[in-house]
Amino acid sequence: MSIAGFELVVRPPRGRFGWWGIGGATLIAAAALWWTAVGAQINGQNLLNGVPYMADFLSRMVPPNWAFAEKLVKPAVESLQVAVWGTIFGVILALPVCVFAARNLSPHPAVYHFTRQVLNVMRGINEIILALIFVAAIGLGPFAGVLALAIHGAGMLGKFFAEAIEDIDDGPLEAFQSAGVGRFKTILFGVLPQVMPAWLGTIFYRLETNVRQSTILGMVGAGGIGFELVSSMKLFQYQDTAMCILVILAMVLITDLVSSRVRAYIR
Amino acid sequence: MITIQGLSKSYAGRSVLKGVDLSVRAGEFLVVLGPSGAGKSTLLRCVNGLAQPDSGRILIDGVEYRSSGAGRREQRRPVAMIFQHHNLVRRLTVLKNVLVGRMAGLSSLLALLQLFPSRDVQTALACLERVELSHKAMARADQLSGGEQQRVGIARALAQDPAVILADEPVASLDPKTSRVVLGYLKRICKETNIAVICNLHQVDYAVEFGERIVGLQGGAVIFDGVPAELTSDVVHRIYPGLEDPGIGRILAPSATPEPLAAPHAAIAAA
Repeated sequence: MSIAGFELVVRPPRGRFGWWGIGGATLIAAAALWWTAVGAQINGQNLLNGVPYMADFLSRMVPPNWAFAEKLVKPAVESLQVAVWGTIFGVILALPVCVFAARNLSPHPAVYHFTRQVLNVMRGINEIILALIFVAAIGLGPFAGVLALAIHGAGMLGKFFAEAIEDIDDGPLEAFQSAGVGRFKTILFGVLPQVMPAWLGTIFYRLETNVRQSTILGMVGAGGIGFELVSSMKLFQYQDTAMCILVILAMVLITDLVSSRVRAYIR
Repeated sequence: MITIQGLSKSYAGRSVLKGVDLSVRAGEFLVVLGPSGAGKSTLLRCVNGLAQPDSGRILIDGVEYRSSGAGRREQRRPVAMIFQHHNLVRRLTVLKNVLVGRMAGLSSLLALLQLFPSRDVQTALACLERVELSHKAMARADQLSGGEQQRVGIARALAQDPAVILADEPVASLDPKTSRVVLGYLKRICKETNIAVICNLHQVDYAVEFGERIVGLQGGAVIFDGVPAELTSDVVHRIYPGLEDPGIGRILAPSATPEPLAAPHAAIAAA
């Protein structure tokens, strides 16, 4: 097709239904999107009506209560401590599992599918839900947060570790096999050096995520700065709330910066 | 001394090896020639257990060799392999790559602590000395050139203290000059340590220059077995059906071939 000196360069659709198929699929996709928008009650009018209230809320937040920052140092540091140990325990949990979750090292497809499902379940439960469970089990405090981040993080780390293992060059492993080297030493000297950069990158990415998550764990009593955030809102101290948000933002930005520098260095 | 008897292997109903019989003496440098798909790689992989043959036996010094099997104890193997893409662990040091040849049977716990028996480290260093790379022992493998990496591959195979070294197109990804250096080291080690070498090549000229004996593999069967002088243009055309290379006659001297040992040393000296 040519229009005013331009050519329409499109590959003709494959399949039985041709352009009619494409048209039909587009219509179905549009209908599905419409249905989900209705379900989610997406409503421009509501948003517009809410603007004055949002403006009011924001105006109550300024200026942030700078004096409150002093009280936030301890909970903020606690959040970081929770994130660090949540990451470490996550790595420790993920390490023994990931070998079985990698298709090329797993002893049997059944083992592979089972461990993948276990990791999916761990990853599938939100950190806040896990934190609620651990607060109920071991009581209020940051350790419940550490465990929540560890479980959820292990699910994600295990999956990413396993995928890094699946991407390695199998050639060196054949060399180990040729020399009669056993499984453990093959993983230690043949697999680990190959996956190390990818794994370190994943671990630091997880640390970033955990810092973000640890700042809200306090909402359910699992330690950290989130508790101050929620209580200041409940007491209508919006200027304190603003200060909390600023501190959280600073924490997240700084970790992201440090982590991305470290990850760039490893690569 | 290695004897291969009636080795057969098929993949998905396609017969790749059709009862190969082959015997290589200790210290003999055998070159296997053949077009892609003739079964050269499969032959080597069946010998060292990276693939399971359907039938046939492998005898090493008269003893039947089984490369795998249920409940097999971790053990250093009498058959070592050199790979086309050297298959070094790129992020490990050269020395540790060579130590892989000594690793079977060593304590996993001590290996985790990066501790290796002094005797094995000495052996590994001696093997590196043989390919003249001792000075690179602590360099990371990926800092070496392609030819140096393949020499580390040779050292790793040698560290296994094998009766047989299998080399699967060891110079296929190297330039001509480096190729001759690498083959020179391999041949010298074969002669000096009395190891039987089976070396797959697809360069007829290297086969004639380095091989003491040449085997032609075609369609999974041995169709030629003789000394380089017997490898006539006619034979080459039987190994590579449909080959159109008028220059092949220049490589194959009609009668005498160069003295096989002189060439590798010359290659090393040139490098």
